[in-house]
Amino acid sequence: MTESQFGVFGIDPWWLVLLKVLVIFVMLVLLTLFTIWWERRVVSRMQNRIGPNRVGPFGLLQSLMDGFKLALKEEIIPKAAHVGVYWIAPVISATAAFLAFAVIPFGPTVAIFGVETPLQLTDFPVSVLYILAIASIGIYGIVLAGWSSGSTYPLLGGLRSSAQMISYEIAMGMSFVAVFLYAGSMSTSEIISAQEPIWFAVILLPSFLIYVTSMVGETNRAPFDLPEAEGELVGGFHTEYSSLKFAMFFLAEYINMVTVSALATTLFLGGWLAPWPLSLWESANTGWWPLLWWLVKVQIFIFVFIWLRATLPRLRYDQFMKFGWKVLIPASIIWIMIVAAARVLRNDIELSNRQLLIIGAVVIAVLLVVSWFAQGAIDRREAVRKLVRDEIENRPYDAMAGGFPVPPMPGQQAALTSRRSGSPVVQQEAIDG
Amino acid sequence: MIEGNWGEEIVFWVSGGLAVLGALGMILSKKAVHSALCVALTMINLAILYVANSAPFLGMVQVIVYTGAVMMLFLFVLMVVGVDSSDSLIETLKGQRLVAIVLALGLAILLVAGVGAGLTDVVPVGLDETNGVDGGNVQGIARLLFTDYLVAFEVTSALLITAALGAMVLAHRERWLPRASQQELSKARFLGPGHPGNLPSSGTYARHNAVDTPALLPDGSPSDLSIPGPLVARGDVRPIDHHEVEQIESLGGGPK
Repeated sequence: MTESQFGVFGIDPWWLVLLKVLVIFVMLVLLTLFTIWWERRVVSRMQNRIGPNRVGPFGLLQSLMDGFKLALKEEIIPKAAHVGVYWIAPVISATAAFLAFAVIPFGPTVAIFGVETPLQLTDFPVSVLYILAIASIGIYGIVLAGWSSGSTYPLLGGLRSSAQMISYEIAMGMSFVAVFLYAGSMSTSEIISAQEPIWFAVILLPSFLIYVTSMVGETNRAPFDLPEAEGELVGGFHTEYSSLKFAMFFLAEYINMVTVSALATTLFLGGWLAPWPLSLWESANTGWWPLLWWLVKVQIFIFVFIWLRATLPRLRYDQFMKFGWKVLIPASIIWIMIVAAARVLRNDIELSNRQLLIIGAVVIAVLLVVSWFAQGAIDRREAVRKLVRDEIENRPYDAMAGGFPVPPMPGQQAALTSRRSGSPVVQQEAIDG
Repeated sequence: MIEGNWGEEIVFWVSGGLAVLGALGMILSKKAVHSALCVALTMINLAILYVANSAPFLGMVQVIVYTGAVMMLFLFVLMVVGVDSSDSLIETLKGQRLVAIVLALGLAILLVAGVGAGLTDVVPVGLDETNGVDGGNVQGIARLLFTDYLVAFEVTSALLITAALGAMVLAHRERWLPRASQQELSKARFLGPGHPGNLPSSGTYARHNAVDTPALLPDGSPSDLSIPGPLVARGDVRPIDHHEVEQIESLGGGPK
């Protein structure tokens, strides 16, 4: 919170900053290549196949070769494309994907060529908000790609993705709030140090679950991959992209996967802190070891991404949006209220844990009683509605009800009228039959 | 400024210039989507200027709210309206130019007066001083929002909630009959006259464009369902060449 906490950042010599930038860039590209191979192998294994195993040991170089192939392919730009926007869309996507990694911590302070420096490019008081901001810029790439392709399926994919990412960003942002409350900060390095005794995934489990759900929606991955639903939209927003531009979208998607996994690790799984049995070893959280813990945690998240893709069918669009707005967002709001109330009670009124539990039990009991009465009221109102509905449905159709020409209600049959006389005519089926 | 931070000056001229360019582009571009993009560019550059002026929270919120949500909704609406819909250039509001000029002048006077007063009357204490009062930029904004400006903050949120409620009322449609469940829809599909599931996909023996080649049923006859209606109407359906089919079967070791 004080200046001294950020004192370790922003004082690196220029060559070290360049080195960190370069290492992060190379690491993200390598992680992308690895993740594509890993995904194909794991999905294959889950589907009783073998997967890529020809290029290099275990097929490890397969995604590299695929990348070369993509880059050397002919580039096709549709005639109807809006060229400027069409060009810039993949650039925005890929750039935003790389930018978000600037504030992800990989480890504690280490010595690089004799300079003491944290394993993190930079950090500032609102770095988690920075990641959210960059993510919201990244959506532009997808939406603009859909718009500028001058084609229907990409447009629909772009529309879906803008709606989807805005909706899930709300739930995602709200899942951060409880973390901010407990860490007392929005900077990634301070959030990690606030998790020293116990991870936030344990004490803030609902936030963690909400974040993990919304991060799948945010990265357009199965089962929430509606913007590129192959069965419905061909390829969604990138249908009209080929060659290197398509490769950039591909790269952006996989880097985004790594980014949200790294963010989940940072916010909920203690970042580079060693997991429990290892944390008993004294030097587990010093030197270069934490980089390994970090990598393992991120890879676990990526494995979950792949697992989900191999297991779950794609959601229907309306169910997906309903889930986001009517389940995730209200659940996060209620959870934040509980967390905030508990913290105020503990810090300002100084209640003990036991008193807190008793208060919680009383609140839950009151809510149960209220909901029981509320259910009764809802049932009664529904019964009245049904009565009214039945009454109206059984009424014969009156084309001039209330003095205005009105269409028939569902279930009512409009009588055919002769155009000349306005009198009812015998229906055609009656004659045919 | 000579011994000061030259990095800050570079940021100011680059970001400021881009922000002005974006603002000009917003007015001058003919396509609505290009205008929206220019606004996004301006917003991002303003955010960079905020961050450079030790207001990181404001900068990030600017990007999240304006670039990420507001402009994205604009783009969304533009896309729903349609890519090629041309803007009507007929002015429907009478005398709007005059009103606009008067309001613009008023705004300009206000801005000049405000900034002028700020430059002459106020003695700057420095950004570190301001941010240091509460131990940081975020904490400072939080304290102001929840103490001095609490009423304004709450009134703004009430306004936003009212707007959201209004939008919901406008978009609301009372559902007359209960929504058909997936089971009911599926039953209706099977009882109805149409094909219950996906139509069979087009021919697998295509040498040209597969869409115009009918799929073959197990007895070797073509399936009419596998060809899109418009192609049939245009007469673009490829006849099945049984000799070709046999050739391919013999190549692939298919059913003999």
